[in-house]
Amino acid sequence: MNPMKIREIATLLDAEVLCGEQMLEEEVQNACGSDMMSDVLAYVKDQGVLVTGLVNSQVIRTAMMMDMHCVVFVRNKRPSPEMVELAKENHIALLASESRMYEACGKLYQHGLGSEGC
Amino acid sequence: MAESLKFHFDVDGDNFTSAGAASVEVKRKLRQLGFPAEVIRRVSIAMYEGEINMVVHARGGVADVYVEPNCITIVLADQGPGIPDIDLAMQEGYSTAPDNIRALGFGAGMGLPNMKRYTDEMKIDTVLKKGTTVTMKVYI
Repeated sequence: MNPMKIREIATLLDAEVLCGEQMLEEEVQNACGSDMMSDVLAYVKDQGVLVTGLVNSQVIRTAMMMDMHCVVFVRNKRPSPEMVELAKENHIALLASESRMYEACGKLYQHGLGSEGC
Repeated sequence: MAESLKFHFDVDGDNFTSAGAASVEVKRKLRQLGFPAEVIRRVSIAMYEGEINMVVHARGGVADVYVEPNCITIVLADQGPGIPDIDLAMQEGYSTAPDNIRALGFGAGMGLPNMKRYTDEMKIDTVLKKGTTVTMKVYI
């Protein structure tokens, strides 16, 4: 399994970068796909990316708690301006993709982004 | 850090959007104090789950965090309905959260198990219809 730049994730998922353009060259080590935040919180890994179809401020807080660098919203879900602001303040890149959860996770996994227990 | 520090927070039970704000603040303070990242993550995740629990089940409450050089103690106290069966509540997957909470990404029955998972000690004092106090310790 390989680390992957946030820019590569955006390209693979044809995702729009909603904030965190300055972080696109940062690498993430693994990913976690879930709409249940407690499931995400159950498995701590470093420098992760969260793939989710859930849109509320707790998604950003969960990512903060987990020291995640990037959140990908699938099914073209859009975060509120307040969520984007919270992410900016906490150095978290937000991406929005039209891919569905299964497809998005599959693409990332296929290209070498590991799960490491998520 | 020679002396212990105490932080106090009121957790607003009417606002799911702001739930977790106290945990974020604790995380920020522990970073400033220079604690290891792993310790900070364990403390803040356990407190975050507890904060969410207080908002979901008990209309909020109060959170006190005691920071000592070798131990961080989190005390979450609410005046909610209490926990009728702690063993059952501790089981992964068991939840009494309403459906609207599940739609918000919580209520999977992982809150208390996660709190136990990330802390070295956890004690639950609960009285039905009076409230619950959860005390958690993370040793450094």
